[in-house]
Amino acid sequence: MSEEKAKTQGAVQTTGHAWDGDLQEFNNPLPAWWLWAFYGTVLFAVVYWIFYPAWPVGTGYTTGVMNDVTFVDSDGKKMTTHWNTRALLLKEMQEGEEAQLTRKYLDRIDKAGFAEILGDAELMAFTRSYAKGVFGDNCAPCHGAGGTGVIGLFPNLADDDWLWGGTPQDIHQTITHGRYGFMPAFGEALSDQQIDDVADYVLSLSGHDVDGAAAARGQQVFQTEVGGCYYCHTHAATGLKSQGSANLTDRIWTIADVPGARTAEARHAAVRRVIEKGVQRRMPAWSDRLDPAQIKLLTVYVHELGGGQ
Amino acid sequence: MNASDSGAEVLYQARIPIYPRSVKGRFRALKWGILTLAYGVYFLLPWLRWERGVGPDQAILFDLPGRRFYLFDLVVHAQDLFWLAGLLMVGALLLFFVTTIAGRVFCGYFCFQTLWTDVYLLIERLVQGDRVARMRLDRAPWSAGKILRKTATHLLWLLVAFWTGLTFVLYWGNAPDLVAAFFTGKAPFPAYATALFLTATTYVMAGLAREQVCTYMCPYARFQSVMFDADTRIVAYDEKRGEGGRGRHKITRELKTREQRRAAGVGDCIDCGYCVQVCPTGIDIRNGLQVQCITCALCIDACDTIMDSLGWERGLIRYTSQNELAGKKSRVFKPRTLGYGLVLLAAIAALAWSVGHQAPLELAVIQVRQPLFVRLSDGRIQNSYELHLANKTNEPLQVAIMMHGLAGGELDLGKFDSVRLPPQRSLKVLARVRVKPHHRHKGSRAFLFDAIPQEKPEIGMVSAPATFYLPGAEH
Repeated sequence: MSEEKAKTQGAVQTTGHAWDGDLQEFNNPLPAWWLWAFYGTVLFAVVYWIFYPAWPVGTGYTTGVMNDVTFVDSDGKKMTTHWNTRALLLKEMQEGEEAQLTRKYLDRIDKAGFAEILGDAELMAFTRSYAKGVFGDNCAPCHGAGGTGVIGLFPNLADDDWLWGGTPQDIHQTITHGRYGFMPAFGEALSDQQIDDVADYVLSLSGHDVDGAAAARGQQVFQTEVGGCYYCHTHAATGLKSQGSANLTDRIWTIADVPGARTAEARHAAVRRVIEKGVQRRMPAWSDRLDPAQIKLLTVYVHELGGGQ
Repeated sequence: MNASDSGAEVLYQARIPIYPRSVKGRFRALKWGILTLAYGVYFLLPWLRWERGVGPDQAILFDLPGRRFYLFDLVVHAQDLFWLAGLLMVGALLLFFVTTIAGRVFCGYFCFQTLWTDVYLLIERLVQGDRVARMRLDRAPWSAGKILRKTATHLLWLLVAFWTGLTFVLYWGNAPDLVAAFFTGKAPFPAYATALFLTATTYVMAGLAREQVCTYMCPYARFQSVMFDADTRIVAYDEKRGEGGRGRHKITRELKTREQRRAAGVGDCIDCGYCVQVCPTGIDIRNGLQVQCITCALCIDACDTIMDSLGWERGLIRYTSQNELAGKKSRVFKPRTLGYGLVLLAAIAALAWSVGHQAPLELAVIQVRQPLFVRLSDGRIQNSYELHLANKTNEPLQVAIMMHGLAGGELDLGKFDSVRLPPQRSLKVLARVRVKPHHRHKGSRAFLFDAIPQEKPEIGMVSAPATFYLPGAEH
């Protein structure tokens, strides 16, 4: 006690140096708790070196002892390695509580048919939460996070119009094998007048106000060998899902930006451009990149987006 | 005090060890009773089994991964967690209310720092003896006996600390399984970390830091003084009686009886120092109200023991108030007390009502905002919603989903129009709503989703508000 008092009351040591004649530096002792905590960290570090990867040695490093992590890698091989957070993460993603729950659901999805999944609210909730990530990683770059696509480029998946069919089987086929959407360019085959007429006729199909005489002339081109549009779009102009040809009688436009046009001239020009230049667009096949379970879940997810058929 | 007395400026002062002496008396007995009750509840509660229809059979279980808190027959879901805020508010208000009336009752009788320190002192006394023996032991040079006694004390402290930490962990998992897993190295890491941390804090706080926690660390100890006034009950020394005209004095041959002492102008305090020796915070209550005093009332027991042995009346140190000591009337209920009391009652009532009216079926609606709306092939507008349904009963519930309040609106849930909710579970359902657009009805329109239980009509329909966004007709 008396020693402690001496340290704190007046008799403080100095470092022994004096600057500018009388400028001295006190040599106060470190607080004991601080010092012991510091020794504690040193001890901790030594223990850490023994049990965890720590020191670089040549091109490698010390790996520590008694810290093996065993996990199954992406090829299904069983791997044992020294402690590292990457292996721990892989292990957690395969064996963790969440991973086990996910696997349980995936097994159920695997065994169920589309009708069964669509009729089960719990499986649908799982699909929505799981496939949202798959969709975001793979589909959203073109179709958008909400599946609304870009008019003229990528179809809207959130509406009820399906170019290639909206049944789960159709959607599954589309995702697995991809689609090649093609409409020939009529700029060479038809005269300017004829193209204008067909454009008017196409607009009239979905109830737009157009010049009746022009639309009637356009109908002739559309419904006969002159233009031959009905080959793909059918006489009723409702499209063929085997060709991916658009239904021209509804309110959905995937190439010509009719909804975005503010005047009758702009609408006409938008449709005319498509007839003149044609359409070529491709959706890649995903069977190489996604596993069957992911494709199945994506199918249900896309089906639910807009309310499928 | 010491610092300023010594004249030199002292920035750091080593702790002066305190050796509280044991005492018997009514307050000590009361405190042992409270301690037994509190320990009984804390240490045994995780082991209490409880029959409930669905879920674990542990009476109290905080299931974090499952996002459920089980409290006997009450199941607290994640969305009910605001009850915790209510509970904390009630706790705070109760503290305020009691403090204005009776001072630091919490500190003296209920605080875990006080309870655990009491147990640690008991261990110390059983192993090393009472105050004088402990002081002698500390002064003695190191010997086999001293090492044995000191080691035994610290090991027992650590044992209590460890059991305290482990018990806390048991509230967060199935106790029997968790204990087995804990000692076979199979428990989750957080279990070990928490148990170890609480072992360390218990050992340090109750074994080593003790009264320093109350004096220097505890915020409650500080802000309770705000609620004090001259009417608050405090443990105080009756200076008038104790000091008389000429101060306190030890018993001597000439100053033995009260008559002799009165005649000599000496007070009733015989300056035996018992009240100082029993104090766990090491203060002398005769110096008046002090910040260190946790009103544990042990000095009352000590003084009463002495007064009883002298045959004088008790109460030289007693529960009183500054006003009473000054000879004035002391009021218990002041506007402030009543105010705290009313707010406390309101908080308790609100919490009780909320817990008592936990909805058996809950429905929440989140509108899908990406995209906010979709134009369909027939020109209609579609909005999508994620409906969150929660069944808080112990039986499965078939729930039909409908909507009302949106003229011309059509609801599409996909391939089902009702869902089966397992007991104590929730489910998210995607709902699409379609409306024919109209130039005059542009913008947002409010409507309601309805969840209608197909069995158990007493639950009734639950509705949740939603908004339909209508962008207006095309150009």
